[in-house]
Amino acid sequence: MMAKNPNRPLSPHLQVYRWSPQMAISIFHRATGFVLATAGMMTLLWWLAAIGGGAQSYATFQQYVVSAGADGTVVQMASNWFFRLVALAVTFSFFQHLASGLRHFVLDIGAGYELKANRLWASVAFVAAFFATALVALFVASRFLGVL
Amino acid sequence: MDSRTNIGRVRGLGSAKHGGEHWLKQRLTAIGNVLLTTWFVLSLLMIPSFDHAALAQWLAQPLVAVPMILMITNIFAHARLGLQVLIEDYVHDDGLKFAAMTLLNFYVIASAVFGIFVVAKLAFTGAPA
Repeated sequence: MMAKNPNRPLSPHLQVYRWSPQMAISIFHRATGFVLATAGMMTLLWWLAAIGGGAQSYATFQQYVVSAGADGTVVQMASNWFFRLVALAVTFSFFQHLASGLRHFVLDIGAGYELKANRLWASVAFVAAFFATALVALFVASRFLGVL
Repeated sequence: MDSRTNIGRVRGLGSAKHGGEHWLKQRLTAIGNVLLTTWFVLSLLMIPSFDHAALAQWLAQPLVAVPMILMITNIFAHARLGLQVLIEDYVHDDGLKFAAMTLLNFYVIASAVFGIFVVAKLAFTGAPA
């Protein structure tokens, strides 16, 4: 290995290029994958462990993650809002990662590299993820949170 | 010290025959994830009630516990491959890279084993009161 010289020129990176759907979808695929692998999976495992742990343990999960109810403590209320944001981020990440993952399958068979098609499907993946997330948020808000 | 370039050093040696392994595994686990998470979302939508007794009964069924264990395993396998690339791309210091890779392996294996144990215990012994 050659010694590293910190003064070597760097190639232009994210902050230099003009953003386009094609490049945004690439970095979003990584970022959403990271969110799913950490926040998403930890919350899923907590949920499963709470179900397996019995009624008491599931009640604790509900108080901190879903809704503390009218007599919840300040910490529980704050935790509820924190997990609502997490749920929104994880839901968007799920659909975004799914959409751009499906796009990757198409690219992997060698299709969809024409500039216009590539740009179009990158945009479609974002729009699909956005609407799917909105749909889930509305569904959850009306069925479980008593909003709407 | 050999003055040839990196490519000059390996050219002509032939492939190591496992260059595509990581890439292929990532795609195979991705296909698995599409199927298993689709099952998970549909299954969630069909749960009649989200109180504890109903959920415990749902999760303890063989046809829920088995795909759940498969999903946990497959997602953490896929996450390991993906986060490995993230570390390789963004952590440049050799020592830090080694530490990050070790932590990543501990994280995915410990989490997957925990998830499998939780589901299996519920399926085999039922929920405690």
